[in-house]
Amino acid sequence: MGTSRSKQEWLENKLEPALKKFPEREEHFLTTSGIEIEDVYAPDDREGVDYNEKLGYPGEFPFTRGVQPTMYRGRIWTMRQYAGFASAEATNKRYHYLLEQGQTGLSVAFDLPTQIGYDSDSPQAKGEVGKVGVPISSLEDMEILFKGIPLDKVSTSMTINSTAPVLLAMYIAVAKKQGADVSKLNGTIQNDLLKEYIARGTYIFPPRPSMRLTTDIFHYCARELPQWNTISISGYHIREAGSTAAQEIAFTLADGIAYVQAAIDAGLDVDEFAGRLSFFFAANTNLLEEVAKFRAARRLWATIMKDRFEAKDPRSMMLRFHTQTCGHTLTAQQPDNNVVRTAIQALAAILGGTQSLHTNSRDEAYATPSEDAVTLALRTQQLLAYESGVADCIDPLGGSYFVEYLTDSLEAEAKKYIDRIDELGGALAAIEQGFQQREIQESSYRTQKDIEGGNKVVVGVNKFVSPYPEIKGLLRVDPAEAEKQTKRLAALREKRDNAQVTEALNRLKAAASSTDNTMPAFIDCVEAYATIGEICDMLRGVFGEQKEILVI
Amino acid sequence: MADEQKIRVLVAKPGLDGHDRGAKVVARALRDYGMEVIYTGLRQTPEMIAQSALQEDVDVVGMSILSGAHLEIVPLAMEQLREKGLENAVVIVGGIIPEEDHEALRQMGVQGIFGPGTPTQELADFIKKAVAEKKAA
Repeated sequence: MGTSRSKQEWLENKLEPALKKFPEREEHFLTTSGIEIEDVYAPDDREGVDYNEKLGYPGEFPFTRGVQPTMYRGRIWTMRQYAGFASAEATNKRYHYLLEQGQTGLSVAFDLPTQIGYDSDSPQAKGEVGKVGVPISSLEDMEILFKGIPLDKVSTSMTINSTAPVLLAMYIAVAKKQGADVSKLNGTIQNDLLKEYIARGTYIFPPRPSMRLTTDIFHYCARELPQWNTISISGYHIREAGSTAAQEIAFTLADGIAYVQAAIDAGLDVDEFAGRLSFFFAANTNLLEEVAKFRAARRLWATIMKDRFEAKDPRSMMLRFHTQTCGHTLTAQQPDNNVVRTAIQALAAILGGTQSLHTNSRDEAYATPSEDAVTLALRTQQLLAYESGVADCIDPLGGSYFVEYLTDSLEAEAKKYIDRIDELGGALAAIEQGFQQREIQESSYRTQKDIEGGNKVVVGVNKFVSPYPEIKGLLRVDPAEAEKQTKRLAALREKRDNAQVTEALNRLKAAASSTDNTMPAFIDCVEAYATIGEICDMLRGVFGEQKEILVI
Repeated sequence: MADEQKIRVLVAKPGLDGHDRGAKVVARALRDYGMEVIYTGLRQTPEMIAQSALQEDVDVVGMSILSGAHLEIVPLAMEQLREKGLENAVVIVGGIIPEEDHEALRQMGVQGIFGPGTPTQELADFIKKAVAEKKAA
């Protein structure tokens, strides 16, 4: 008997007899998305597939292999580590240090009160000021945050959603005060409200007025801040909440569809804004499924933009994305293992063609990471960039029978979900019915059960358990910082022109109640030193507050 | 008959933190272990938590905190529970709670602290035992 000439022949002549003697470890091998994995993939599995249609070349439709023609051979991805300190002063100091080290991109993490539109001295902010990022209550805080940093020379990524118009207005106001050319401002706001209702939870207003604020920003930036990335459509939080890889693609792109449709409905031309849309995904440890996920998402989005929205500009079809390694995979048990998990996840993001990457620190699940841990996380990226060789060829796994199978399967799975969401009336309507939330919870609960039942191994947690040292030297937030912040706020309320504040807030109320673009009114408010709490309270009156859609 | 014996648990998300994956998994798992679970949803103030605990007449109050605000939030919640005469409720905390804060939380009256990776069975067993001990006392 010679060697097999086809997969079928091999299955019958070689594999089946072998299995009788040596059964496999599992009855079914499945990816996190429940895709069944066969023993091996071969050319037989790719029969009838048109290379040019499915893959094409880097920088060309459908962008499966990458959005740029050079990818990392031209320039390594941006290593962007997200961090916030407890005060505007401390964060500003850190920014100056980073800029001196040659970094050109800044990334701002805000504390929860700032994210949900409460002033640092409001009762709701108690205990939360400066905890997960920097507190910004007024333009005064923002001026301190960016003191001495020329905003027309840096790019700034702000992780801000519900209060994105307020923070963007403050950024513009600081730039104007610096005498910078506002049209040159470069940066990103997350500004993705739909995923807040699905997974992240820092919403203020109901979805429909939130969508309107989002499209106001699209409109305003298309004309005034043409280099600004107006949204970062996020699958990261969806994945962290427990979704599978296929659900991450589907729910994120379905949100993307909703934003594009809303902007078109608001009178924008698709090619006027679609090139400014960016995405944000998670990188999990299931290496090959993750690589396939990024490739599938790129192809699916390109197809959606071309066929569904009839975009003409190739830029409108490119799915550009930032990646963060999965925080939820970090374990308290044997914390050094987290360094290894993060390295695998980072490798997945790079093999998947990410534009920028944040690698988690080993202690990141516990606190704002310590300096040593941040350095090691950054070194992990540098090692992958300069030692591993994976950055030297574009889409190096392209053409792997297995990776292409996974890419096709994930795309098909995601498409099914998107069709389902379309049937429910689109992403927003589906959220209101709790569809995505329920699907994610099912997946999250299944994962939990699989870990507890031992079907899913987590090294150091349910297998290979051993004693481990406790993580020491966690960064703590000094309560004195919050006090300083509230005092500054009280002093501001004394010294500003309160009549001007009231007048600006009333103008915002009028704009919000009409169909006028709200951005100019937001800028008036922050320039009058109205606080984020005052601005959001005014809007709470106009739009109402979102009640949680409880799905258990 | 069996229904009367059901342990009643309030699962609450205090503060502004939106990380509710753990709280929801716990709520569902405890339900599967035969308990009556009331999940409050996000952004609960200490007053709201105590009010729900009173209204729902629960045996156990579980709070899930991942924002690092536990040392501020827990004492306020304990005070509210005491004010409403709920000092008999078993109070447990889950989420990201550094080891070095465990003692402080216990001093405040927290009986159980459960970090990530805790099997839900372990949590359910703890609750059953703690509630039985309270009832016997």
